[in-house]
Amino acid sequence: MSQIHVTATINGDETEFLCDPTETLLDVLRDHLDLTGSKEGCGSGDCGACSIILDGRLVCSCLVLAAEAEGRSVETIEGMAEGDKLHPLQEKFIEHAALQCGICTPGILVAAKNLLERNPNPSEEEVRYWLAGNLCRCTGYDKIIRAVMDTAAEMRGAA
Amino acid sequence: MRFETPTTVDEAVRLLSDDPEARILAGGTDLLVRLRARQVAPSAVIDVKRIAEMTVITREEGGWRIGAAVPSAEMNEMSDLCADWPGVMEAADLIGSTQIQGRATMAGNLCNASPAADSVPAMVAAGAVARIAGPSGTRDVAVEDIPTGPGQTSLKPGELITSIFLPVKPAMSGDAYLRFIPRTEMDIAVVGVGVHVTLDDQGKISAARVALGAVAPTVILSQSCADALIGTPGDDAALDALAAAATEEATPIDDKRGTVAFRKDIAGVLARRTAKIAIARAKGDA
Repeated sequence: MSQIHVTATINGDETEFLCDPTETLLDVLRDHLDLTGSKEGCGSGDCGACSIILDGRLVCSCLVLAAEAEGRSVETIEGMAEGDKLHPLQEKFIEHAALQCGICTPGILVAAKNLLERNPNPSEEEVRYWLAGNLCRCTGYDKIIRAVMDTAAEMRGAA
Repeated sequence: MRFETPTTVDEAVRLLSDDPEARILAGGTDLLVRLRARQVAPSAVIDVKRIAEMTVITREEGGWRIGAAVPSAEMNEMSDLCADWPGVMEAADLIGSTQIQGRATMAGNLCNASPAADSVPAMVAAGAVARIAGPSGTRDVAVEDIPTGPGQTSLKPGELITSIFLPVKPAMSGDAYLRFIPRTEMDIAVVGVGVHVTLDDQGKISAARVALGAVAPTVILSQSCADALIGTPGDDAALDALAAAATEEATPIDDKRGTVAFRKDIAGVLARRTAKIAIARAKGDA
């Protein structure tokens, strides 16, 4: 089976990789490119732990073939902080203790960042619906929702 | 498995015709799940997202032509489209999570041919038409004539859907879609109902299309439900008749999501509620 050569922009850097036609983008991120922040929870698009941004849209990377990424822009959790400077969402997740085991956290941060870029002033209901595809089995969600709402308020204040 | 990226419909048709074991990839939210579960092992995946005409929404004769590779999220960001066909857009917006909506397409929902597909009853109520390309040319087929059974469609070898056409919205008309699920989000319809009504200048219903989902092997376009509404002002008596007709028309199965009796009852309840929303929209009240 011949490998496919793909060039994509990943977290702003032009990146080349070889993949098998059956490999998902999540497989390539984790196993070829060592970007292991995106997690595989269910592998069927239900849990959101593998959430990434593909050409500006929030998607599950477990349901994208790696070869589909040719010429596309991919943003992962690894691109969220700037060096040592955490994104405001990451700061607030720590402040609110909005995580316990942490497996769902990268996906939730990526999803929440995409929401706040589209809607800087979401209602609690909008946040809950937006994140309905990100499952967390530890926190009961309340701390996550509060952290996102607090980040949105702070970012609006700073803007 | 080969990965093909045609840039024209003709090329996609040729690839599909030459290889009966190839599968079309649009949003991938059904195909990738099956691939990973090893339920399917196609010889090739044909990604249609590099075919420009399949990735755009265009106005046509007052209606809307929606490329078969356009994801639900993109449709729902188009306010004019949402204003014309809110029921269809809401139905597509109910499919899966934000992540799924960023990829999932209505054409894929239709070709996946699940009896419980959310966008299908809404499209049928709206009178949507699928444009199909194949080895012998292009044909237009009413959406209700695409699914022939669970997982089965009337598409012939080498054919693919290239777009869904939503016709011009008649004046004084409105559409709606509701489904029943035991939770508030991220679930599969136990029953789904799409309704489209048009009012005359006396406020009476002059035309109606009612589609029932998840209560038969394929979507039901119910003439008896439509007849219960046509010629009435959509009052309680008409809605009672509609509910009775929907319960009568539903021929569901018992499964883990609901029993036959429950589904038949809910079909009536949802038909009434959905029709109320569609009528209010036709009057400009909602």
